[in-house]
Amino acid sequence: MRNRDAGARSLLWLQSGGCGGCSLSLLGAEGPDLATALEGAGIDLLWHPAVSEANGSEFLDLLQRIVDGEIALDILCLEGAVVRGPNGSGLFHVLSGSGRPMMEWIEALARRAGQVVAVGSCAAFGGISSGGGNAIGACGLQYAGARAGGLLGEDFCSSNGMPVVNIGGCPVHPNWVIETLAQIAMGELGRDALDAFARPRSYADHLVHHGCPRNEFYEYKASAEQASDLGCMMEHLGCMGTQAHADCNTRLWNGEGSCLRGGFACINCTGPGFEEPGHVFGLTQKIAGIPVGLPTDMPKAWFVALASLSKAATPKRLKENAVADHIVVPPKTREKP
Amino acid sequence: MSRRVVGPFNRVEGDLEVKLDIAAGKVCEARVVAPLYRGFEQMLVGRDPRDALVYTPRICGICSVAQSVATARALAALEGVAPPDNGRLSTNLVLANENVADHLTHFYLFFMPDFAHDAYRGEPWFGIAGERFKAARGTAAAEVLPARAEFLHLMGLLAGKWPHSLAIQPGGTTRAIEPQERIRIGALLHAFRRFLERTLFGDELEAIVEIGSADALMRWYGSGDPARSDFTRFLHIAEALQLERLGRAGDLFMSYGAYDEVDERLFRAGVWQGGERMPLRPESIHEDLAHSWMGLRSSPKHPYEGVTVPAVPTEEGYSWCKAPRLGGRVVEVGALARQLIDGHPLALDLVARGGGNVRSRVIARLLELARVTLAMERWAREIVPGEPFCHHGALPEEGQGMGLIEAARGSLGHWIGVRNGRIHNYQIIAPTTWNFSPRDSNGVPGALEQALVGAPVREGERDPLVVQHIVRSFDPCMACTVH
Repeated sequence: MRNRDAGARSLLWLQSGGCGGCSLSLLGAEGPDLATALEGAGIDLLWHPAVSEANGSEFLDLLQRIVDGEIALDILCLEGAVVRGPNGSGLFHVLSGSGRPMMEWIEALARRAGQVVAVGSCAAFGGISSGGGNAIGACGLQYAGARAGGLLGEDFCSSNGMPVVNIGGCPVHPNWVIETLAQIAMGELGRDALDAFARPRSYADHLVHHGCPRNEFYEYKASAEQASDLGCMMEHLGCMGTQAHADCNTRLWNGEGSCLRGGFACINCTGPGFEEPGHVFGLTQKIAGIPVGLPTDMPKAWFVALASLSKAATPKRLKENAVADHIVVPPKTREKP
Repeated sequence: MSRRVVGPFNRVEGDLEVKLDIAAGKVCEARVVAPLYRGFEQMLVGRDPRDALVYTPRICGICSVAQSVATARALAALEGVAPPDNGRLSTNLVLANENVADHLTHFYLFFMPDFAHDAYRGEPWFGIAGERFKAARGTAAAEVLPARAEFLHLMGLLAGKWPHSLAIQPGGTTRAIEPQERIRIGALLHAFRRFLERTLFGDELEAIVEIGSADALMRWYGSGDPARSDFTRFLHIAEALQLERLGRAGDLFMSYGAYDEVDERLFRAGVWQGGERMPLRPESIHEDLAHSWMGLRSSPKHPYEGVTVPAVPTEEGYSWCKAPRLGGRVVEVGALARQLIDGHPLALDLVARGGGNVRSRVIARLLELARVTLAMERWAREIVPGEPFCHHGALPEEGQGMGLIEAARGSLGHWIGVRNGRIHNYQIIAPTTWNFSPRDSNGVPGALEQALVGAPVREGERDPLVVQHIVRSFDPCMACTVH
């Protein structure tokens, strides 16, 4: 365990009902890398399952000392859902070596933490771990799907007076986490920095649609029909980018990507309940040929009117490129008519 | 005899506990416990088969693409569709990107930091390991994390993002690559090759893959300063700690074969025992539930007939993990199995001399890292921009399909049954399900349980380091194990 710098904020990172993908995403942080970013933010990592040395008894001692109030915990991050089954026992995840259900550890530690952070949609809302019939009783720290409550209850506040901060995403973008943690460490994250689901507004005030390279196809309703087509994926392929809260197309993933740039639909993975959209992923639900999930803050009649107008004006270039996997008709050059 | 419960193990993916019976300073029995159950196989029942492409990658954050590819293969078998060459090459690149990044992560972040533990401070070799591999703040991590992140830009280009991409489809990939993007892929691969050559190997990749025997490896190692690269540092420590004498299991190896070439796989499929390679017979795979916390116990079943219904944990079982067996036998999977079954002379010689052990598993992983990076350079050159990346099929209302692939940690299989257009059954056997399985109905321990027997435990050691080395030599992924 490293010596704590004076004034540094301590961070403990735990995993439960999840895949570890948020940590793997976080390890891909760039400009700067994770260790440098945390150091710069004045965060001292007490323990993280993927990078720390301490094992077994040394780690369990650490947890116990935090619970006993011997070590101050400024920030607790949970990755993965809280697992409450079977029958409320929590036995679907007993923390190794401790003989005690993980949900009990999480609750005891959360009550000691200066700020509790749910990393990823599982820890925030239950996420994919609560999919299907949710046989394992998965929930988020302070939400079960879109319903407030979860493990800690609607009224829970960390000792700094804040609710659980929900960094929704499946997985999270590394910088959503790093920037949120830095804001917490610097005391800059207040309630007004969180949206209705307690997600950091720094990324949740944006829509995935912003900066989507398929925007021109969207404008003219030139739609992709099958996987690998270049056109807009809203009309047929189930894309929820116009409704999904995240900055995936302005921030970019792994240096140069996003779901849309990768050629597949946004499934709104930052939102509660994304795991059960009520229809097949990647297929747009329609009534009378009109997609059900239209942009949330636009009058439907206007959308339909504008869509039919722009569809009528779609240039041949967009119509053909929309159903091809590479540009078949380039834009015209004015100088050479 | 004393009993010791060791765990949690960090620097493995997910949660893991090992129960050890110790007598006369040695482990005499081990029980491996997978303590988390999530139930993906149950979640998938009743869904549209295409939904599996969203769900299964989320089984595991570190083998997410491998899960995608296995699902895509199973659906492709149902649809009777096959990817065009570009789709095949792009899938290979994406899967290789994940597998190679995983091997790198395992070596630098998960495995080597145990040698930088203060308990080894008095060892003569500590000087070349302590500062270099210290968890979280060693000099190696500071070099590896940026190189790994840059290498994963391939995911940004080819798969949109990592983990949890939907780019891999039954008929290919969703992301067609343009000519300038192919150039960029080549540039990223070149940068990664240079990182490997400079930092990990201290030699050209071509020279590493040419090392053809255990003696040749030691000659190569002895030809310069043992601290000239991280591979030679490992070989130095391995020699000092005699890691080749630790962690031997049953030496029956299996590989489903990895990376599709035009008519075959880059690494061939098969089963290896006693110096002989035999064909793989997937129909002889069964899962045994005798020591698992599973309800509806019955005789071992083939995955097409498999059932996953968790039970309230009782004394009868000791893990959420099922016990997969091949023809009733315990197998070991992973990079060593793949390189051995493919017939690489170094892997053949290492196994002939000492079987699967801590040292041979790690060497095979690094050898594979070099071999796959070279293959990636070739696949990138073979992509033809403008040609299709994805074919399109239609799912039948009824049918069965299986997807057998190799993830970084070994053989990954998905078996899907569809009735009335919906998933009727979905069974998954992940690499660590094989390696870390509990005992079966004959009482035969799983591969890690066998590998731990005989491990020396020092007096008063609460979390024995030797046990850590053996466990991590398999590069476990517990998230996949139980799913």
